[in-house]
Amino acid sequence: MTDTPSFVPEPAAAPGTEAFLSVRDLKVHFPTDDGLVKSVDGLSFDLERGRTLGIVGESGSGKSVTSLAIMGLHRTGNARSRPQISGQVLLDGEDLVRADADDVRKLRGRKMAMVFQDPLSAMHPYYTVGHQIVEAYRNHHPDADKKKARTRAIEMLDRVGIPEPAKRVDAYPHEFSGGMRQRAMIAMALVNNPELLIADEPTTALDVTVQAQILDLIRDLQKEFGSAVIMITHDLGVVAEMADDILVMYGGRCVERGSAEKVFYEPRHPYTWGLLGSMPRIDRDQTDRLIPVKGSPPSLINIPSGCAFHPRCPYADVPKGGITRTQRPELALVDAAEGADRHWSACHMSQEERTRIWTEEIAPKL
Amino acid sequence: MNKTAAAVPAQAADSPEPLLKVTGLTKHFPINKGLLRRQVGAVKAVDGIDFDVRRGETLGVVGESGCGKSTMGRLITRLLEPTGGRIEFEGKDITHLGVAGMRPLRRDVQMIFQDPYGSLNPRHTVGTIVGAPFKLQGVTPEGGIKAEVQRLLSLVGLNPEHYNRYPHEFSGGQRQRIGIARALALKPKLVVADEPVSALDVSIQAQVVNLLDDLQEELGLTYVIIAHDLSVIRHVSDRIAVMYLGKIVELTDRKSLYDTPMHPYTNALLSAVPIPDPRRRGAKTGRILLKGDVPSPISPPSGCRFHTRCWKATELCATKEPPLLSLKPGHQVACHHPENAADQAPGDKALPGAADAATTAAP
Ligand SMILES: Nc1ncnc2c1ncn2[C@@H]1O[C@H](COP(=O)(O)OP(=O)(O)OP(=O)(O)O)[C@@H](O)[C@H]1O
Ligand SMILES: Nc1ncnc2c1ncn2[C@@H]1O[C@H](COP(=O)(O)OP(=O)(O)O)[C@@H](O)[C@H]1O
Ligand code: SF4
Ligand code: SF4
Ligand SMILES: [Mg+2]
Ligand SMILES: [Mg+2]
Repeated sequence: MTDTPSFVPEPAAAPGTEAFLSVRDLKVHFPTDDGLVKSVDGLSFDLERGRTLGIVGESGSGKSVTSLAIMGLHRTGNARSRPQISGQVLLDGEDLVRADADDVRKLRGRKMAMVFQDPLSAMHPYYTVGHQIVEAYRNHHPDADKKKARTRAIEMLDRVGIPEPAKRVDAYPHEFSGGMRQRAMIAMALVNNPELLIADEPTTALDVTVQAQILDLIRDLQKEFGSAVIMITHDLGVVAEMADDILVMYGGRCVERGSAEKVFYEPRHPYTWGLLGSMPRIDRDQTDRLIPVKGSPPSLINIPSGCAFHPRCPYADVPKGGITRTQRPELALVDAAEGADRHWSACHMSQEERTRIWTEEIAPKL
Repeated sequence: MNKTAAAVPAQAADSPEPLLKVTGLTKHFPINKGLLRRQVGAVKAVDGIDFDVRRGETLGVVGESGCGKSTMGRLITRLLEPTGGRIEFEGKDITHLGVAGMRPLRRDVQMIFQDPYGSLNPRHTVGTIVGAPFKLQGVTPEGGIKAEVQRLLSLVGLNPEHYNRYPHEFSGGQRQRIGIARALALKPKLVVADEPVSALDVSIQAQVVNLLDDLQEELGLTYVIIAHDLSVIRHVSDRIAVMYLGKIVELTDRKSLYDTPMHPYTNALLSAVPIPDPRRRGAKTGRILLKGDVPSPISPPSGCRFHTRCWKATELCATKEPPLLSLKPGHQVACHHPENAADQAPGDKALPGAADAATTAAP
């Protein structure tokens, strides 16, 4: 009596429609002295223009490595520490994993751009903010003269809410506050109207009032430019506010993916349950104990056999025959719903079992 | 003082003596410049705060980066010398106790730090780290130090066999447990925890929050928990102090703070926190978006320090500092025009530009 619906190892777009960004079985492995670090170990997802995908997971789950691989930034750095990378990253049909470095460099900044947690790491300390935005612009608009590029830089600074942009354009990054630097980096990322914006923990280092400003800004800019956005964060509040779809990562893989509505209201993976149970709520006077996930995140050198979550999973013994310890569960459709409500998870427990546990045991305690 | 009719006494006179009482506490860090290192100014990190910590409670302290939370924590544990004000512990003035006078206090008041990596000496074993307070105090617990350290390790959920391991062999959450075990060694009465979970992942954060909870129940501890995360603070605190630029702007019980905040800054803080519920996205009508950044604590704004960012600011706000008053029993706020309470200075003229200080996001 297996009730697993149509087995879909790789979530694919509906036939005939090519997703704008399509990641297929992406693997990024770093050779190190201690062994091979499998930072990303078989990740697949799609993203359409105009939509926001939130990627959540604990530190070390592979979120940043995923974004760097999409941006082609793993190609930089010395050869010894360069990762082994396989799978596909299809941006508008072009495979970035196989494309040559020059082509990817040309796409970076124009077609796709990235915003990091720490703006100082992305901005050069010795050049003015304006100079850096001008350079980013002229890289992809070689015909633009200096004056035009500078006007564009001021326009962008204004757009991201820097007061007196015509004056501030000549300031150095260290003369800006943390929030202003983050805005300036967003201005730099968006100066060429990229179609894909990856924001990796863009507000983690910021105060909550400034975070609200930056999230608002990203939302507005997305509406205006219709770009696809990947929002990487460990904060479930941020994804709930920003993301159309959510991808939950654990040990370098996707364990659950679906619309924000599905992932928050009908999650079907024990790790997602764990994240929701661990989270103190701002919106409730909750005096009960939190429900933590026991143990700590897995080693990516010796990823646990079978389901990587099994050493921490309270239900590891539910599927019969010790299968959770020997066989890796594939990402499979939770229900056959079409369109926006499609929902995948990777767990050996039967659908009925998981639905029962969620509705009877977990949801009432949250 | 500007006590209006709405004000009620801060605390009933017959309430039991607080464990810790702080009055007018200040800490100014001098800024020295030039060859002669002349003092040219000061960072007013903590600038005149009053509060009590009651026995058995958890007082949460929340505010944005740089508002003085950690400095306050280091002052009340006497790791920093106050510039002014008074700190009483169990009725005894400890403001300026010297090293010898501090010795007994070092047992009663302990601190847990944010950084589970930096706060443990990497060259010492866990046994040495957790046992250090006994050596420092020259006390031998019943049954010997080793047995006691092992008891403490199991109390915080670590394996007592790991006595001889080094900090780098532990994960972040486990290191934070080691820090907690060390803080509890001398059976303190008051534990001040500065961002005890902010460096940890959510799932591990929950383990440590629950542990602090259990230990409080088991050992009757009193906590001051400092955090910037309003969700964590809501979960752990009985009462909460909100700080802004070296001042306490609001101090009340958890429910009142989250349900009926009075200070405009508290309101802005609360409405800025993303709600982990996609169904409520955009449902926050009247959500307040502050503009600009926190001003410098070197030259804080005149009058109410929040007046440069406050959408309710009036002329009075720019000139007169609002005192921290109880406008309802158990609910103190420092504001001339509080929300959820009577206006303390009705009819005052709005400050030019105040209306633009914040926007309310459209739904
Ligand atoms: N030793 C010092 N010398 C000079 N200035 C200091 C010192 N310690 C703290 N400050 C300043 O005092 C102010 C308050 O700092 P504090 O560390 O108490 O802030 P905080 O509220 O704990 O912030 P965070 O949330 O970032 O930890 C800041 O402006 C800080 O730069
Ligand atoms: N250059 C590198 N060499 C070796 N290991 C790396 C490198 N970059 C990242 N890793 C490892 O890959 C894993 C995933 O990292 P990352 O994607 O940064 O996690 P996060 O989800 O926190 O963003 C971690 O275990 C990290 O230590
Ligand atoms: S496959 Fe097994 S161990 Fe993994 S999440 Fe499902 S029940 Fe838990
Ligand atoms: S005193 Fe005035 S400026 Fe300060 S918070 Fe109240 S209304 Fe705003
Ligand atoms: Mg990261
Ligand atoms: Mg601090």
